[in-house]
Amino acid sequence: MAETKMIYLDNAATTKVKPEVFAAMKPYLEEQYGNPSSAYAFSGRIAQKVDESRKIIADFLGAKPNEIYFTGGGSESDNWTLKGIADAYKSKGNHIITTKIEHHAILHTGEYLEKHGCEVTYLNVDGDGKIDLKELEAAIRPETILISIMFANNEIGTIEPIKEIGRIAHEHGVLFHTDAVQAFGHVDIKVDELNIDLLSASGHKLNAPKGVGFLYIRKGIKIEPLIHGGAQERGKRAGTTNAAGIIAIGEAVRIASETLKERADYEIKLRDHLIERVLAEIPYCRLNGHRTDRLPNNTNFCFRFIEGESLLILLDKAGICGSSGSACTSGSLDPSHVLLAIGLPHEIAHGSLRLTLSEETTMEEIDYTVDKLKFIVERLRSMSPLYEDFVKKQGAKA
Amino acid sequence: MSQVTEYSDKVIDHFMNPRNVGEIENASGVGTVGNAKCGDIMRMYLDVDDNGVIRDCKFKTFGCGAAVATSSMATEMVIGKTVQEAMKVTNKAVMEALDGLPKVKIHCSLLAEEAIHAALWDYAKSHNIEIEGLKEPVNDIDETEEFYKMEEE
Repeated sequence: MAETKMIYLDNAATTKVKPEVFAAMKPYLEEQYGNPSSAYAFSGRIAQKVDESRKIIADFLGAKPNEIYFTGGGSESDNWTLKGIADAYKSKGNHIITTKIEHHAILHTGEYLEKHGCEVTYLNVDGDGKIDLKELEAAIRPETILISIMFANNEIGTIEPIKEIGRIAHEHGVLFHTDAVQAFGHVDIKVDELNIDLLSASGHKLNAPKGVGFLYIRKGIKIEPLIHGGAQERGKRAGTTNAAGIIAIGEAVRIASETLKERADYEIKLRDHLIERVLAEIPYCRLNGHRTDRLPNNTNFCFRFIEGESLLILLDKAGICGSSGSACTSGSLDPSHVLLAIGLPHEIAHGSLRLTLSEETTMEEIDYTVDKLKFIVERLRSMSPLYEDFVKKQGAKA
Repeated sequence: MSQVTEYSDKVIDHFMNPRNVGEIENASGVGTVGNAKCGDIMRMYLDVDDNGVIRDCKFKTFGCGAAVATSSMATEMVIGKTVQEAMKVTNKAVMEALDGLPKVKIHCSLLAEEAIHAALWDYAKSHNIEIEGLKEPVNDIDETEEFYKMEEE
């Protein structure tokens, strides 16, 4: 439906596979199709390549290769962590601490575990989406086995105080997992420095294909497998090794390790320009998430008096791809749980727009988007009964 | 789920080019329905002549693509009808006129019917007449004003 040119500003949803990444994986779909677990040399070479990827990722995180376990993606890594740790540490306790703004892969897994004998505490966040470290510490009990807090929020981009969370966890002898699906490869993460014990990541948020991710598990931590079967991933994650996908994520991480800072600086420049223009030129709007402690590529706004899906359709007609936390776009009746958790009323949460950039986004695209956005917001407001009432009230006050 | 590909061409047309958007000054009847919590609010204005015929109808809607399209279609369907005939513009009729709606959007068409009824109720009350089958509408208040007061403080 999009017009001739498309401006893709939904990189938090997924990203484009980089040509270098595709070139790296392609031979392993075509000529080098062997099963890395087989005995012959044809497969052995592929297994070596898989381990090279493992090493690239481990180096990037300051971890050891045997601490990286490849999975089918971020949701699997999150599910595995919660279920696998709950199972392996059930003799120690049954309490898990997480937050109200986690991805559903954590929240729904938490709810599942609550039905199976676990207790889960969902921490509040402040208006910027940050947790309160005192509330975290107060929530820890003798039977707490795991703290799982996302590195950066997928909707509003706020980066949590990871190092301090890890420190508090370790002071109390509790494991710390972070869902870093949005942050991995976009911000520098060193697991030792940041006191991280387990970390979930996904390939397709970082220019690798969908369907591949990993879980970092610090050596010495016990975890039950989620997927039972063959002895792949040192007996922890069964299923024929996704060699091409793993080689792709390895290549994507190799590129990220060389370009992370440059890329982040560029995206931050665009991001800040977008934020500044929107806040200056569109009245009755707010930025959601922390102004500076946020992902380099994330912007999230609420426009009062209008609804997100309408906004998305009109943006789509202008060739711009974005996303919204409105109920209509989530398929449920409630708007985003993240926007509600930061204290927004439902009506305002319905009018949210997330635009997430990439290193391929240009300043011209940002300016074009803001120009269109101004026009679209104005148009939707002109047909909004909420805006009509607001204007009348303002008039009455004056 | 892609909104754009799930809507019928007619829904997209009425969303992109909504008919009868606006207000009517000194309207014969005005009705506002919906709930900001769920993300849909519709307001209908009616201009009814002395013979009880709807001369004009305008709307304003806060809501998704389907909410705008159903409001737009509903205004087209009631113009030229008597207030009694307008009762026949049901959610089903609006939905059919739009070549259907995705399942999760059916409540939007219900809202359009309710908006017409609320405007008719307002008209009937102020003109002291009775419209057969018409019931008093229910309305919602929202929490938004309080939030902004809090933010300003």
